[in-house]
Amino acid sequence: MKRIIAGILGAALLSLGAQAQASESKALPDYSWSFDGIFGQFDRAALQRGYQVYREVCAGCHSMRLVTFRNLADLGYDAEQIKAFAVETTVIDGPDDEGEMFERDGKPSDRLPSPFPNDKAAAAANGGATPPDLSLMAKARPHGPSYIRALLAAGYEEPPGDFEILEGQNYNTYFPGNRIAMAAPLDDDVVEYQDGTEASVDQMAADVSHFLMWTAEPKLEQRKEMGIKVVLFLLVLSGILYAVKRKVWADLH
Amino acid sequence: MTDTASPSHGGEGETRRDFLYLLAGGMGAVGTVAAVWPLVDSMNPAADVLALSSTEVDLDPIEMGQRITITWRGNPVFVERRPPARIEEARAVPLEDLPDPEADDARVQRPEWLIMVGVCTHLGCIPKGQKQGDPLGEFGGWFCPCHGSHYDTSGRIRKGPAPKNLVVPPYNFLDDTKIRIG
Amino acid sequence: MSDFQTTNPVIKWIEYRLPVFSFLDHAIGTKYPTPKNLSYWWNFGSLAGLMLVIMIATGIVLAMQYTAHVDYAFDSVERIMRDVNYGWLIRYIHMNGGSFFFIVVYIHIFRGRYYGSYKAPRELLWMLGVVILLAMMATAFMGYVLPWGQMSFWGAKVITSLFSAFPLIGEDIVIWLWGGFSVDNPTLNRFFSLHYLLPFVLVGIVVVHIWALHQFGSNNPLGIETKGPQDSIPFHPYYTVKDLYGMGVFLAVFAAVVFFIPNAMGEADNYIEANSLVTPAHIVPEWYFLPYYAILRSITFDIWFLSAKLIGVILMFGSILVLLILPWLDRSPVRSSKFRPLHKQLFWVFVADCILLGWVGANPAEPPYLYFGQAGTVYYFAHFFIVLPLLSVLERPRPLPSSISEPVLKGGGTAMGATTKPMEKA
Repeated sequence: MKRIIAGILGAALLSLGAQAQASESKALPDYSWSFDGIFGQFDRAALQRGYQVYREVCAGCHSMRLVTFRNLADLGYDAEQIKAFAVETTVIDGPDDEGEMFERDGKPSDRLPSPFPNDKAAAAANGGATPPDLSLMAKARPHGPSYIRALLAAGYEEPPGDFEILEGQNYNTYFPGNRIAMAAPLDDDVVEYQDGTEASVDQMAADVSHFLMWTAEPKLEQRKEMGIKVVLFLLVLSGILYAVKRKVWADLH
Repeated sequence: MTDTASPSHGGEGETRRDFLYLLAGGMGAVGTVAAVWPLVDSMNPAADVLALSSTEVDLDPIEMGQRITITWRGNPVFVERRPPARIEEARAVPLEDLPDPEADDARVQRPEWLIMVGVCTHLGCIPKGQKQGDPLGEFGGWFCPCHGSHYDTSGRIRKGPAPKNLVVPPYNFLDDTKIRIG
Repeated sequence: MSDFQTTNPVIKWIEYRLPVFSFLDHAIGTKYPTPKNLSYWWNFGSLAGLMLVIMIATGIVLAMQYTAHVDYAFDSVERIMRDVNYGWLIRYIHMNGGSFFFIVVYIHIFRGRYYGSYKAPRELLWMLGVVILLAMMATAFMGYVLPWGQMSFWGAKVITSLFSAFPLIGEDIVIWLWGGFSVDNPTLNRFFSLHYLLPFVLVGIVVVHIWALHQFGSNNPLGIETKGPQDSIPFHPYYTVKDLYGMGVFLAVFAAVVFFIPNAMGEADNYIEANSLVTPAHIVPEWYFLPYYAILRSITFDIWFLSAKLIGVILMFGSILVLLILPWLDRSPVRSSKFRPLHKQLFWVFVADCILLGWVGANPAEPPYLYFGQAGTVYYFAHFFIVLPLLSVLERPRPLPSSISEPVLKGGGTAMGATTKPMEKA
């Protein structure tokens, strides 16, 4: 009887795993990230490069509405650099005392600018497909960072002969359904990295995925640092409580 | 959770047992406080609230003698372009007459511009005096109608229950016609 | 009360006017006799209480930052995650706390099933527990809607639409639940209101649950009543310290999940803001609802005048409500499965069936999953309505020990069973 139950459980677990795989279009490559694992942290240089890729490539179509310029301090920028990023942008503010909206330079407390005023405008400018906001993209897809990197760096291929691709669609092996509206956005050297890193497609895809993990989970480093302390504390406390329990129960035996 | 068990049922090894109880109780207490702190701290101003805590004001359109009110951190800030007579009036008051002694010079960066948080230091009402026809109080400054506090032309408390002068917020002149508060 | 001794003058002063200390002493103190042989499976009641406290504490401060409006809900949760001091921590505790609350309560329930804790004279204690489970489910369901992600929205839409299965008034009920013609702002607001209210109702039911517990005291792994003082020990300090130790270990596991894999039990789709025009490819409820979801979807055929949808809904609610009559379905006079060899095996078959249904619930409602779901549903109800009543008649239980302090000597050395039994030193 036990063997039967074990068999059922085992089969259920195995197919659970299989199912998780099957819902992806193609198994993701096994990328490793500096923020993996319980001691994992972001790589500041990669974040800065990733922000550059976002700013110069992605931001043409994709908004980032949950991130403010002041947040960029996490990437290792100082107050002056952040202010410089902010003033490059124009913000519509108001109404002023005459009731008019007006334009002003961006401030560190402003959100990163959106390329389109609203979703409908974004859809109209992109053949009906709204480019999604990227703030949470790395958490809004299973295995987000690896998925984004694979999609950008390795997914765009010639479609197989019998695969039908409509006008305005592109073939991508990692995109669910394989038909993606976004054309391959990266080419070698579309950005010139300030730190001199060679801007290969894979490098840029890795950097921007790294950056998007930060935009999605900006408190990841604090979380893991605190987690190690909390778990250690609780394990020690449990050990002591176990000793107390032994002491208290000792006189029963 | 931090139940320090009372070692009422005796036996040998009493000291070791007591030590264990103390250690467990102490760690439990520390852990509980550490767990409660984030809940308490979450009620402090959040990062976005702190980031919005500066306001820029264009002084150019304000005429001599005019008072305007702007908002900073959700509170009114009074800005007055003081004519020389009112500046003199404020300077002439002997410090010993003041409940909260403060020279007028210490309350302004440029005497022409008086900038104060417009919240009565008594219980938080907004003093009258910003609009034409408002009562200005016995000292020509501001008058709080809630409990009758009178402020002078430097915004100092002169009469009534308020204990302190109207607060001067941190600000600086970006140029001759622009200030940033906060 | 006269039986409470203290030398502390402050406690004496209070005790004389409000006998709260003797009350506590009788409730969880030295005057509450408890079977001396409780295993670690009995820790999960206090752990459930701990989770309820954690959920209410974090929930109260989250509500201070949350905005229950369809335009702001999603962003206000992200503001908590990004800008509020320790907001990410509090939100992850609350989010994963839901899952851990269910883990603890499910283990608590299965412990009751294994050791027959629902049997006379503890039927009402058990039934109150079922009511607690139902209230928890309603609370969890409405709480999941609040972040207003895709899965929040579509989960709310699908589950509230279930009520349309009721004949004649079904549609009206759904519109009433929604406060409109779709899941929208009125729905979100009422869910927030009820999500805040129900936990306090829960506290009330828990108090009554514990009250009922104190009438006859805890069941125990042997399932026999305590026969005298030699069988029991005072709750304090023995079980207070054991519960505290259990809490320490539990919190360490809980913290590991909160700090290192906080999104492992969540759905990626819920990090996409709700969009009433785009349905996610797979709508799946949180893991703790998956078995019921599988039962709901396993009915694909009408029976006589009953639509498939209605039968699914009835069976889904029935799968929990049947627990209310469990004490009368299982008539065996022996409580503990230790002495019921057949029941013990079929208990594990039932556990496996629940896991099977959970797996089916996570998968699309199509063959082959559908067939597994139908088989699992049939066994689920057969276990209650056929297996348990038959076992009550057919099974020959092993001889019971005469008392807790004199464990059975005959009946074979394997009586304790090799199944996941933690230390029972007492």
